[in-house]
This record gives sequence, C-alpha cells and structure tokens, in this order.
Amino acid sequence: MIAPFVTAYLVVFAYPVYKMFALSFTDAPLIGVGQWVGFGNYVKLFGQKLFYTSVWNTGYFVLLTVIPNTLIGLGLALMVVRLKGWLQSLILVLFFIPYILPVSVVTQIWQWVLDQQFGIAQYMIEFFTGKRISVFRDPVWAMPMVALVTVWWTNGFNLLLFIAGLRNIPQDYYEAAMLDGATRLQCFRRITWPLIWPVTALVLTLQLILQLKIFDQVYLMTEGGPFNSTYVLLQLVYREAFRLNHGGVGSAVAVMLFLIIVVVSVLQYQLLRVRER
Amino acid sequence: MPGKSIGNVLFLILTLLIACMWAFPIYWAVVTSVKPEQEVVSKTTFIPDVFNFSAYYFALFNTNLATWYMNSIVTSVTVTIVVIVISVMCAYALSQIIFPGRKLLYGIILASFMVPSQALVVSQFVLMHRLGLINTWGGIILPQLIVPVVVIVYKQFFDSVPKELREAAKLDGCGEFQILFRLYLPLNWGITTALAIITYIMAWNAFLWPFLVTSSEDMMTVTVGITQISDAFGVKYARDMAVAILAAMPVAVAYLLFQKRVTQALMLSSGIKG
Repeated sequence: MIAPFVTAYLVVFAYPVYKMFALSFTDAPLIGVGQWVGFGNYVKLFGQKLFYTSVWNTGYFVLLTVIPNTLIGLGLALMVVRLKGWLQSLILVLFFIPYILPVSVVTQIWQWVLDQQFGIAQYMIEFFTGKRISVFRDPVWAMPMVALVTVWWTNGFNLLLFIAGLRNIPQDYYEAAMLDGATRLQCFRRITWPLIWPVTALVLTLQLILQLKIFDQVYLMTEGGPFNSTYVLLQLVYREAFRLNHGGVGSAVAVMLFLIIVVVSVLQYQLLRVRER
Repeated sequence: MPGKSIGNVLFLILTLLIACMWAFPIYWAVVTSVKPEQEVVSKTTFIPDVFNFSAYYFALFNTNLATWYMNSIVTSVTVTIVVIVISVMCAYALSQIIFPGRKLLYGIILASFMVPSQALVVSQFVLMHRLGLINTWGGIILPQLIVPVVVIVYKQFFDSVPKELREAAKLDGCGEFQILFRLYLPLNWGITTALAIITYIMAWNAFLWPFLVTSSEDMMTVTVGITQISDAFGVKYARDMAVAILAAMPVAVAYLLFQKRVTQALMLSSGIKG
C-alpha cells in the first residue's frame, strides 16, 4: 500500500534532492554530464556580486513582507471576528479571495492597477509624490511594490488562521474582564495577545519560510530588474541553470537556498520553544 | 446604550470600507474587462457606459486559451486524483499496518517539509528530460505528486478511527484495501473533499514548475500561458483582464462553492484543527 507513494517519493523527490547536491559539485550544463569540481561552484558563487545582491534582496523582501503581513492579518482578523452571520462571511470572502488567484492573474491585475499611464493607483501615487511613477521600473519602488502585491495576495490565509485562533478564545474571559471594568485595550493586552501568541508564532514561521522562496511575482512583474534591485535567490537558480546553461552552479545556489531555509526553520523552532517555556 | 450602537455602526462601516478597498483591484479587473478598449484608456469610469464582451470573445477565440484550459484541466485533475489515492494508501498503512521501517518512513515524510520544492527544479528538470517528459502532461504532473501534508493529515484522521471497526471488518474477511476504501475512506469523506479541492486549487495555480517544463505554447497550462498573451499581441488592458478572469474562473468557482471545505483544508494543513 505504501508502494505507489514511496515509489513516487523516491523518483521525483528523494532522488532530485540527492541529485541537487551531487550536481552542485560538478560543472554540468543543464542537460548532460559534467566534471567533478569540488567546491568550485560555491567558490565562484561567493566571488560573484549578483549572489550577494540576491541574498540581500531576498532578505529585504522577507523583511518587507513577513511582519507587515502578520500584523495586517491579525488586525483584519480582529475586525472580522466582531461581525456576525452572513455579513462576516461576505467580508471574509472579500479579504480571502485574492489568496486563491493564480500568481499570473495577480500580477496582471496589479500591472494594470499600477500602470504608469492609465493605472488607477497612480492617482494616489501622484497625490503623495506629485508625479506618476512606473513603479516596477524604479529601483527604489520595485521591491516594496512586489512586497505590497504579495501581502495583498497572501494575507487571506493568515487572516483565516488568526480568525480560527480568536474563535478558540472562550468568551467568558472577556465577560469576566468586562465585569472587572477592563478596557478594550486591556482586554487585548491581557487576554487576546497572550492567547493568540501561538497562532502568531505559527503565522510568522509559515510566512518566513514561504517568503524566502519568492520567485514567481518578481519574475512576472520585474524579471529581477531594474538594475537587479529585485533579483532574488530563486531567480539566480533560474538564470544560472535555465538561461546560462550552468546546471552545476544553479544547483549550488539551490543548495544555498535549501540550507538557509533549514537553518531558519531550526532556529525559529528553537526560539519558539524557548518562548513557550 | 445608543452610544454603543453608533460605535458599532461606525465600526461596521469602517470594516466594510476596508474590505471593499481590499477587493477593489479584483472589481477593477472585472470592470475593465467589459469595457471597449478605447474607454479603458480614455477615461476612468467605475461602471462601464456600455457592457462590451469583445475582450472575452478575443481571449476565447483568437488565443490559445482553449488549449491551455485543456492542459490545466487534465494536469490538475490528474494531480488531484493521484495525490489523494497514493497519499491515502500510504497514510492508512502508516496508521494501521505494522511493518518494519514504519516510524522511519513517517519521520522522513515529516522531514520533507523542510525541503523547498522550488530548490529541486534543476534536478527535477534534468530527470524529466532523461525520462523524455519535457513538454508533456506527464512532465507537468509527476513532480507535483508528492504532497507530504496530505499523508500526515490523513494519518492523523485514521489514527482516531476506533480500532474495533477495523477488527470487526477483519473478522468478516475484509482485506486491507477493502477496509480502507469501504470503511476508512467513507468515514473521512469530508476531509477527502477538503483535501481534494485544495490540491486542485494548488495544482491549477502552480506556476514555477509548469513554466519551466513547458516551452511549447501548445503544452502550457493556463497560469503559464496567459503570461504569453501580452508578449504576443502587445498590451491591451481590457483583453488582458478578460484573460486573467477566465484563468481564475475555475479556482474562484471551486472556492465559492466549497468555501467551508477550503478553509477546513487550509487549517488542517497548517496544523490548526478546522
């Protein structure tokens, strides 16, 4: 009974994991065999400016998305849980629907909304900055805008987790606190925040790991530009392996990404365990 | 208290306002898609003067959209069915059958969470090339078949089925396959629909892998294909929005029909009980 799953697992998962490491020590092109070069690819990577740019940009993107996305999710959830019945369902759908859209649909919609000439968001940009900006062609604006679109796209999921968490808090706590004359703010700080912390930690963890793997939105909106200001790690994998035909170097970048994610997951797991104690 | 109710009404209006702003880009895309191309670039109208479906006509009959739909339907339905079938069998074995290496296998599946599938694209591509599956449905489908979380969710549900049921069925002479498909699966029908819908949505929305493995326009899925349209015909906003809406339709409809199930599946897969 385990045979079909285990076979599939070995062929399309375990073997590629092994192959990713093996390839990263060779100078193989994308298709074909290569010579063993030891740590050559890694040495090359560490001497390459684009690698540091990609690491930096991936970090910058994570910074711009993870905490804002978590806070906005919590904020919206606090609003939505106060509503009741069909109204709550309706509002939840409005907030959640972007999450189920394919990434290419999301990017097409936002490219239109933010279009320099006719985009409706340009009224707002013009109001604040005094001029229209081609946001995806501007090195200062590009990454924050990709982050904004990502928050809009993925927030529904966080919102959902927070709502579930908030619903699990017994109402009696609030009633008792109200009787003692607690204010809304006190209720939040003393009851909601400590009890919602496990969900917050979960959302932060999931977000962090998810956003380190950014590629699709960047590729579709800016292709890493302008001037590499949105170049991220997975884009470097794509460039090395599929554009420059360096399967070995591409795999080395993939290994780096893999290691970063493992380290981050382990660190975060430890940190959260310390907090819980 | 009248003060409190005014506060509530204000709060409600504020929430509605934020929600409408949040969903506005989608509304704007829909409205744009039913405007004539000239109106799109000549003025800002929130409700079109006339409803015009020429953008949809163009998208449906002058592009490859029909082919991409076909590819998306075939691949995402296959992925959904195969993921559910192989995962449910593996989970049943892990939960109910004692065999050597059971704990180890479960541990390995749990550990696979750490591996970002995006990091595997290079070696998966090499493998698919060697199998001759580049630009085929098989190539799109195969790497999407391993979804460890589905196995883990099923295992947890099977663990909580009372042992007596299984023993009674065994006494009646049922084999393991019969017990699984006649007893355990029907008992967990709700969770099966939930996981199937979410797998289907994820497969339909997959971008990176189908994008890498298909280079011929005839083999692309909808999600990948629609990014080609502006390249091929130049930017036209009414048409691009119509294309985007058509591409999102199958997941939007699935979500609206099965909202509760989608929510439940997401909660389960993130480790919160639904």
